Amino acid sequence: MDPVLNSGDTAWMLVSTALVMLMTVPGVALFYGGMVKKENVLNTIFLSLIAFSITSVIWVVYGYPVAFGTDIMGIIGNPANLLMNGISVDALAPLAPTIPLLVYVAFQMTFAAITVALIAGAVVGRMKFSAWLAFVPLWITLVYVPIAHWVWGGGFLAQLGALDFAGGTVVHLNCGIAALALILLLGKRKDTRLLPHQLGYSVLGAALLWFGWFGFNAGSALTAGGLAGSAFIVTNTAAAAAMISWMMMDVIKTGKPTLLGAISGAIAGLVVITPAAGFVTVPASIIMGFATSIVSYLAVAYLKPKFGYDDALDVFGIHGISGAFGAVCTGIFAAPFVNSLGTGALYGNPGQIVTQIVAIAVVAAYCFVMTLIIGYAIKKTIGLRVDEKEEIEGLDTNLHEESGYRV
Amino acid sequence: MKEITAIIRPDRLEIVKAALEEIHCHGMTVAEVKGRGRQLGVTESYRGSDYRIDLLPKTRLEIIVSNEDVDKVVDTIVKTAQTGDIGDGKIFISPVENVVRIRTGESGDKAV
Repeated sequence: MDPVLNSGDTAWMLVSTALVMLMTVPGVALFYGGMVKKENVLNTIFLSLIAFSITSVIWVVYGYPVAFGTDIMGIIGNPANLLMNGISVDALAPLAPTIPLLVYVAFQMTFAAITVALIAGAVVGRMKFSAWLAFVPLWITLVYVPIAHWVWGGGFLAQLGALDFAGGTVVHLNCGIAALALILLLGKRKDTRLLPHQLGYSVLGAALLWFGWFGFNAGSALTAGGLAGSAFIVTNTAAAAAMISWMMMDVIKTGKPTLLGAISGAIAGLVVITPAAGFVTVPASIIMGFATSIVSYLAVAYLKPKFGYDDALDVFGIHGISGAFGAVCTGIFAAPFVNSLGTGALYGNPGQIVTQIVAIAVVAAYCFVMTLIIGYAIKKTIGLRVDEKEEIEGLDTNLHEESGYRV
Repeated sequence: MKEITAIIRPDRLEIVKAALEEIHCHGMTVAEVKGRGRQLGVTESYRGSDYRIDLLPKTRLEIIVSNEDVDKVVDTIVKTAQTGDIGDGKIFISPVENVVRIRTGESGDKAV
């Protein structure tokens, strides 16, 4: 059957694209902004905002063509459409033949942007803004684009059969590992406490993330049909289950439920279901949601203090850990009657777990090493970290000559 | 004359003020301050880690009274600001050499 544009699919993908944009700004920006001290709120929001802008330009200049161009030896795409040259407004997307290619480009652009914006949560309060301006384009080019090609663009991990519906490996594991590499280069903040100055912002940010995630996961069906509906309901269910289990962990450890814990759990649940959203059933989403908060909670409350790395807002602990866990769970729970493209161990294909683990290991190893190289190069040239005085006084006034609160 | 400086919980201010009005003690200066006592603040928990918050928001009242009113005012503040829990605050009483009302130039007890 010849590809034919479907206006329902196209409308849904335009909405989904806008929803994913909403996740970055204001979603991530507010989620992170509320958790930092008040002297850093603007800098923290700015990191997300500028990441979105830089990625938006890179994506249409060469990011999309390289990530999704015709595969070259499983490694990289052939950049035939630089600056979107040669793509007519009526051209349909090869991977989503009922929507315009330019809509697909825009949808994928928002994924790249939120991935790099998420990394900011680990480095807030101590990274030079100029270093961030250098890091974003380098990381998108050298880390995100090749990994997106390997998993989604027809590269070797896709050929191996790795499943990643909406970005458990490409987005969440990737940003979590990059965050870990970058903070090892940056070192600890002078004051490593997490004392949110305005948790209300974080609640609004988390709610916007949850809302936008419907576009992220259900949009990844690339059609407005049953699969999108299935992805939508498992996304919501996993987030809700994970919020409840994080709250239970809070009560077990401290005797009281906390709001920050509840929203952290919701984000962990959204992360874990992301690679699986188009492959698993509702019961699987409940199990994955409940389990992932326990895993991420242990990483944040025990692993981090034990190893002493300063992941300011727990990007590795929540996105990295729950992203990897979700990728493994996809290998277990993928149901062929939900999506014929994926069969997990529970349905007679135990080898899928191995494939998922290989994908996790490859992405984590490449991302970690490459992010270290990029970070080291920046450290040796323009420097990664702000002066001690700037860090203690706060970055808003020192780096931007602005203050979040006049009163 | 004495200066009564009372450090109280911010949420007790309205009750203390109303009670002081009932005993005809009207003048006061109020400031929002931060401080800590012997217990060194409170503990808050974020994502499973505990943090000590050792400077807590308090309200400071400065009241100048004549010597014979000191006990009455102090008793009223204690009675109304007290919850019985750690963090109720403290009252300091210090001598005041003189008071001058700027509008009229009056001084001493008449200016209190």
